[in-house]
Amino acid sequence: MEFTISQARLVDGSVVDLVINNGTISEIGNKLRVGRVISAEQNLLIPGLVDLHTHLREPGREDSETVATGSAAASKGGYTAISAMANTFPVADTAGVVEQVFRLGQEAGYCDVFPIGAVTQGLNGEKLAELGAMANSKAKVRIFSDDGKCVSDPLLMRRALEYVKTFDGIIAQHAQEPRLTVDSQMNEGVVSSRLGLSGWPAVAEEAIIARDILLAEHVGSRLHICHLTTAGGVELVRFAKARGIRVSAEVTPHHLLLTDDLVENYDPVFKVNPPLRTEADVKALREGLADGTIDIVATDHAPHPVEDKDCEWQSAAFGMVGLETALSVVVKAMANIKEFRWEEIVKTMSINPARIAGYGRHGQEIAVGSSANLAILDTDTTWVVERNRLASKSKNTPFESMELPVRVLHTFLNGKQVLSNGTLSNGGSN
Amino acid sequence: MRKHLLSINDLSRADAFEILDTAGALAKITDGPVKKLPTLRGLSIVNLFFEDSTRTRISFESAAKRLSADVINFSAKGSSVSKGESLKDTAQTLQAMGADAVIIRHGASGAAQRLADSGWISASVINAGDGTHEHPTQALLDAYTIRSRFPQYVSGFEGLRVAIVGDVLHSRVARSNVLLLTKLGAKLTLVAPPTLLPVGVTEWNVDVSFDLDAVIPEVDVLMLLRVQSERMKESFFPSEREYSRGYGLDSRRLNTLSESAIVMHPGPMNRGLEISAESADSHRSVVLAQVANGVLVRMAVLYQLLGGARLTGEASA
Repeated sequence: MEFTISQARLVDGSVVDLVINNGTISEIGNKLRVGRVISAEQNLLIPGLVDLHTHLREPGREDSETVATGSAAASKGGYTAISAMANTFPVADTAGVVEQVFRLGQEAGYCDVFPIGAVTQGLNGEKLAELGAMANSKAKVRIFSDDGKCVSDPLLMRRALEYVKTFDGIIAQHAQEPRLTVDSQMNEGVVSSRLGLSGWPAVAEEAIIARDILLAEHVGSRLHICHLTTAGGVELVRFAKARGIRVSAEVTPHHLLLTDDLVENYDPVFKVNPPLRTEADVKALREGLADGTIDIVATDHAPHPVEDKDCEWQSAAFGMVGLETALSVVVKAMANIKEFRWEEIVKTMSINPARIAGYGRHGQEIAVGSSANLAILDTDTTWVVERNRLASKSKNTPFESMELPVRVLHTFLNGKQVLSNGTLSNGGSN
Repeated sequence: MRKHLLSINDLSRADAFEILDTAGALAKITDGPVKKLPTLRGLSIVNLFFEDSTRTRISFESAAKRLSADVINFSAKGSSVSKGESLKDTAQTLQAMGADAVIIRHGASGAAQRLADSGWISASVINAGDGTHEHPTQALLDAYTIRSRFPQYVSGFEGLRVAIVGDVLHSRVARSNVLLLTKLGAKLTLVAPPTLLPVGVTEWNVDVSFDLDAVIPEVDVLMLLRVQSERMKESFFPSEREYSRGYGLDSRRLNTLSESAIVMHPGPMNRGLEISAESADSHRSVVLAQVANGVLVRMAVLYQLLGGARLTGEASA
C-alpha cells in the first residue's frame, strides 16, 4: 500500500513530501502525491522513538500492564520500538518467555517489542540465565539485564560481560549496591533526613558504575548503565568514555525534570528506583545528556496498579509510567540548554538507542530506502497530562496536571499508521 | 483553625506556646476536685495503633477521656499491607464508623500525613509517632516539662541549652524536638556516634558533637534517646558496652551536670545502656513528670483541634 506524507518538516528545517511504499520510504521530494495523502504541514517528522527500558509486566502482572496496552502507550508517545524488561513472572530468563513476549508484541502491532533477557536465573544474582538460548531464539535477544535488581556479585558480572561477547550482546546494569541500600526509600540527603525515610545514597549507584566500567575495560565487553541519576555517575561515565571503555548510559525523563523535594508530602507517585535526586544531580544529568556522556533517554516505564501506590510511602511500589510523556518531558527539561535541539533529541531518543541495541529498522535516517518507522509531532502546542487519558493500563504518572510541550500526532510502524491525530488505531498484526 | 497535627512544622512559635499555655490552664483545672471536662462530649476519638505503644496509647486515652470524648482503641498491629488490611481500608472503616479524630501510631514515616491528605477520611489526624519521622506531642510535652522547670524561659527558650544524645538517625522524638525546641529559641547540640546521625543533619539548626563529656557541663537539659540493641547487630556501634562508655549517662557524668540541669528520657528506658539506674532515679530526672505532662499536653492538643472554639481566630499559615 502506498501513501504520501506531505509537507513534513525535518530536523534540518527542510520541508519535504515522502512516499511510503511497503513499509519503506520509497521517494522523497516535492509535490509528491501518491495514494492517500497525510498532511504534515507545520509539523515535524522524526524517526520513531526507541526505548531501551520498558516494563510491560506481561507475563504475570497483567493487572498493571500488558504487552498490548504498554505498546499502545508507546505508540502514543511516538515510539516504534520498545524493550521489555525481564522482571516478569515468570522471569524472562529462558527462550520460551522472551519468544512469548516478542510474539505478543507482534500480535499487538503498535510497535516492535524487543525482549530483554535476564542476566541471572530468576534475577537471583546467583547463576547465569541461558543467555545463548535467548540470543538464538526468535526474539534474538541482545540486551541482558536483571533490572530492578543489581548484578552485585562482581565475579558473576564479569562472567556475564564476557559471555555475551560471542553474539555481541550487552549487559545493562541496574547500578545499586544492595548492602548500601537496605530498605532504602528515597535519595539520601537533606530531605530524607528531615522526612525520616531511609536513604538511597548516590555512592550506592556510583560504586557499582565504577566497578563495572573497570570490569568492562578489563574484559573488553560492552556495558550499558541503566537510569543514571547522580552527578558522580555522570563523571564516572565521562571518565570511562575518555579511556575508550565500551560503555553507554541512559537517563530517564523523570530524572531530568524532578527532584527529591517532591517527596515532601509522602505521595508515593514520586517513589521510584533509583530515586529522584537533587537539583545539582539534575543539572549534571542534563549537561551529560547534552554533551554526549549520556547516550540515550530511556523511560523506565514502570506501571503499577492503584493499590500499590494508594498507601503509605514505605509500602508503596517503586516506579512511574513514562512512555506517553517521555518526549514532552525531555523537551521541557532540556529547554534551556542551547546545544540540545531537535537533532539531539532524535539522536538520544531514536538513533542512539537503536544503534546500541542493534534495532536495524529503527532510528534510521529519513532517507529513501529507510524503514518507515516514523513519528510526526506538533512542536508548537502544549497539552496537560491527565492520568485517566493515558493508554497505559496503570496511571502512576508523576506529571499529572502538568502542562507539557509537544504533541505526538501520528506514528507509523513499518509503514502502517498506528496513531492518527493522537488516536490509536486498532493495532493488529503487522 | 488547624485540623491536624502531623508535624511540628504545622505549628508556629505562637501556636506552640498556645498549646503549652492551654496545657497549663488544664493542669490547674484538673488539679481541682472535678478532673473531667465536658468539652469533647459526644465526639469519637480513635486510637489507631499499628505499633505497640502502651504508654502513648494510654496517655492519649486518658487525655481524651478527661475531656469526655468516647475513645475507641484500634490496635492494628500486624495488619500492614503485606499481612492484611491496608491503611486505606482501615481509614475508610473508621470513617464509616464516624470517627471525629484519629490518633495514629504507625511504623511508616509519613503515614499520618498520608491519612490526612489522602481523602480516605474526614477526621482530624493526630500523629502519635510515624516511623522515624516525627512524634510531635512528645516534643510538646518535653517543651512543657522544660518550661515548668525553668520559669525564666516561660516566654521563650532563648538562652536555654539542650543536648539530645543517642540514636538521632532513627528517632522521631529527636526530629520533633529539634524542630520544636529550636523554634522556641533553644540552642541545641546533638551528641551521637556519626553512624547514628542523619547525613542531612548539617542543614539542621543545631550543633553536633561526638564528645558527651564536653557537652554535659554546658547544658540545662540533657535528653537521652532510647537505643535499640538491634542497632548493634546492624553495626551502628560495636557493642553495648562501648556505646555506654561513649554516650551513656552514668554516675560520673551525672555529677558533671550543672546545678540546675535536668535529665529527660522519652521512655521506655534501657537502664544500663543509655542511662544508668542511678541517673534515671536521681532528683535530676524528670521522666515521671514527662509522663504526667504528656496527658495535659495531649488534652490541650485535642482541645484545640476538636473543641477550642475560642481559638478559631488563630488561623495557621
